[in-house]
Amino acid sequence: MTRLTSDARRALARAGFSRRSFLKGSGAVIVTFASASVLDHTSGVFAQGFNGTGSPQLDSWIAIAADGTVTAYTGKCEFGQGLYTAQMQLVAEELGVPLNRVHLIQCDTSMTPDQGTTSGQQSHPTNFNRSNLALAAATARETLIRLAATQLNAPTRDLVARDSAVSVKATPSRRVSYGALIGGKKFDVQLNPKATRIHPRDWTVLGTPAPRVDMRAMATGEFEFVHNVRVPGMLHGRVVRPPSPGATVMSVDESSVRGMPGLVKVVVKNNFIGVVAAKPWQAAQIAEKLRVTWTPGSRLSPQRDVYEQIRKEPSTDTLLVDSGDVDTMLASAATVLRATYHHPYQMHGSIGTSCAVADVQAETATVWSATQSVFPTRNTTAAILGLKPEQVRVIYTRGAGCYGINGADTVSYDAAVLSQAVGKPVRVQLSRKDEMAWENYGNLFAIDQRAAIDASGSIVAWDYEAWSAAKGGRPGYNTPGNVVTGTLLGLNPAPFNPRTPAPAPTQPLNNNSNTAPSYIAGRVQDSRNGAGIVRSERVLSHRVRSPFFTGPLRAPERLQNTFAHECFMDEVAAHVKADPVEYRLRHLNHPRLKGAIQAAAKAANWQARPSPKPAPSTAGTVSGRGIACVCYEGDNGYVAMAADVDVNQSTGEIHVTRLVVAQDCGPISNPDGVRNQIQGGALQGMSRALGETVTWDEEKITSVDWRTYRSLPLGFAIPRIETVLINQPDEEACGSGETAITVVAAAIGNAIFDATGARLREVPFTPERVKAAINSRS
Amino acid sequence: MATLTLKVNGRARIVDVDPATPLLFVLSDDLELRGPKFGCGLGQCGSCTVISNGQAVRSCITPVSAVLSAEITTLEGLGTPDKPHPIQQAFIDEQAAQCGFCLSGVMLTAKAFLDKNPRATDEQIQQALSGVLCRCFGNVRMLKAISRYAKGASA
Repeated sequence: MTRLTSDARRALARAGFSRRSFLKGSGAVIVTFASASVLDHTSGVFAQGFNGTGSPQLDSWIAIAADGTVTAYTGKCEFGQGLYTAQMQLVAEELGVPLNRVHLIQCDTSMTPDQGTTSGQQSHPTNFNRSNLALAAATARETLIRLAATQLNAPTRDLVARDSAVSVKATPSRRVSYGALIGGKKFDVQLNPKATRIHPRDWTVLGTPAPRVDMRAMATGEFEFVHNVRVPGMLHGRVVRPPSPGATVMSVDESSVRGMPGLVKVVVKNNFIGVVAAKPWQAAQIAEKLRVTWTPGSRLSPQRDVYEQIRKEPSTDTLLVDSGDVDTMLASAATVLRATYHHPYQMHGSIGTSCAVADVQAETATVWSATQSVFPTRNTTAAILGLKPEQVRVIYTRGAGCYGINGADTVSYDAAVLSQAVGKPVRVQLSRKDEMAWENYGNLFAIDQRAAIDASGSIVAWDYEAWSAAKGGRPGYNTPGNVVTGTLLGLNPAPFNPRTPAPAPTQPLNNNSNTAPSYIAGRVQDSRNGAGIVRSERVLSHRVRSPFFTGPLRAPERLQNTFAHECFMDEVAAHVKADPVEYRLRHLNHPRLKGAIQAAAKAANWQARPSPKPAPSTAGTVSGRGIACVCYEGDNGYVAMAADVDVNQSTGEIHVTRLVVAQDCGPISNPDGVRNQIQGGALQGMSRALGETVTWDEEKITSVDWRTYRSLPLGFAIPRIETVLINQPDEEACGSGETAITVVAAAIGNAIFDATGARLREVPFTPERVKAAINSRS
Repeated sequence: MATLTLKVNGRARIVDVDPATPLLFVLSDDLELRGPKFGCGLGQCGSCTVISNGQAVRSCITPVSAVLSAEITTLEGLGTPDKPHPIQQAFIDEQAAQCGFCLSGVMLTAKAFLDKNPRATDEQIQQALSGVLCRCFGNVRMLKAISRYAKGASA
């Protein structure tokens, strides 16, 4: 069943393996994973299968060839964030080999460890600290040194691993190469939890701005995306999605496409419809022509009422924190402030529509997929095909930037179902409309915030209550119905079980979704996991059923919550006439978040004063500044952003002129990679804050292309972006892909208020909304 | 179906396709070129851009029959990993990519524009890219790379 694309074969050849010897040498790997226990990940929308089971066997992670080149296997994949290169740096650093002597195999269920999903900026916490890939590389180095100690007849403490060899420190000529020590053989040892990582202060490869190893191939058109995978005998499929959510198939008139050039087959399974043809353009035309009669589908509530409507739906309620005294404090406080924030559904909107290639034979299947979750996708694809998980191989092959669960998983199912139906390899690429009308959108939120303020102007109680809409999500290992194809095939999304009222919190606060603001103490029983000082605190969430599929979209929930927290903090600061930076610092006791705020303020040359600007002009273009910050996922990266904006008060147009971002993500693996993520995240956040929103009418989604879903193009006037990287060599590695985007809407919203005195409480900040806020300012 | 001859990256290529087929499908499927990408199929995002007789065209909405006599250049036609074209080198130097999917359309749009307007200002370059999307928002580095290339090319 092992099939490699031409690129994979070339990569192996470069690494010094024939395909046969490589796979033979990796035998232990395959055995390890076939028998690995599969966790049950049905609960929760976001964390499903996050980090997988990994592997305790060193041979699952690292192999050294006779010529000393190192091949590493990882379950965390590159989708544009620079992780491939950073993981190569990690292996090179720990093993003392040059970067060009490291080869990395990523996310292939027949070769790499099951590391669940590459998401939630979890790759650094997972693979760059003291477990998984980092631990494997450190264990390999210590094993090599141990082996060398025998050969060189020297104690391990006198040896050093460097330049693909172990040598005696005092007499470097006494050395033995890695190839001679282990080349082509298995280590046959377990990961050693006590293996010592090389300290970041001693790094020579990690911590440097190593250029991305895929850059040259990308820039010259040689890079193989999943869209470019071609296998012998491959046909082309296209799907026919329902016209609206809830519509089901009444009849399919195959005569409507009979005789069309290239037609191989019309495939109907439950409500799933697809066509297979010889060429992609033929498949597209056949799909277009195929006459299908659908039931009307569910009637959708009007979009204008959605934020009111979700408050009335049955909900699953969760109390993260409840000190029990919030109502009393609000009733007795000198001042109570309240505000409501709205955040719409938004799309991943990948630049390339999702694509996959599947080759399903009687008892085996191979899927080339851009999924972030090869092992979960293997299991769910197997379930769809009626195969066992070990009969399916999923090979990660990069797609267009996904930013979460775009259509990569669903199109993998599409290709697998169509390939099985025709018994030949099938490539499917979605149409733009099929991508946008059916992807798993980022959740819609309505958030109420209340704060009690004492006579001195400090916050003494914080009350958060939110309603959000969700359905489906990542399929995990066993819920293919969480994406559209699974549902069309008759498999249900994860069940929705309303639960009101929420049970009292019993677990220490896990602020993974940044549901709790940074400013509360976060006390549950004897634990205190908040970043702030407000001790009267309540964090209550209501999750209702969405009519549309939803799922993780870069900084899922964290962005929406942070928009509400950071704007509200700004409103309170303005009410008590405090400087927004000073007011935040006053309510925090988290040194790293405070450090990020101070660093951003310093770099932005922040002048302490309350917002709005003294006597803002009520006409013409005015400028202002805003700040926002977050402890991403509670403890996975710390960021603060200062935004400068110009607001045209007659047109409502916003021009963001400068974004200063300070970020602490622990020891920095690759500063240029982090900067790239911050720059992209900041601008993507701007696009989401200023223009992006999913739209619908009574029947269907109406944002189905780039005219109806507004993304900022390459041509917009970009702000100056300044990054301050706070390197923390003595801390754990955190992620950095989702931090900056999380704070953009709040920083810009706060800057608009500073400039105009008008508060934007609904994303996106369209010119109409900005004008309305300006017209209604007091 | 018809047997057609195209001139792509300096070579005559013979394909057997429906003449109404969009050029993109011919390039990426029949000729298996990896540069031009299907982004939207609607001419809205720029991922499929190729240069046809010096003009940037959206190959997803251009029937192959319309370009039979044209010199077509894709990203592969500019340079190779070992010998990249200066605009490709500028993108490599600036590390101007995240996922890389849009790169082909971005570079070819910029190159076609700068070939005609070698002294364009940064604002004019930005304007020329107003119909091109990068959803990773690599704007900062891409604009810098194009500007670097433009300065080198006009020097």
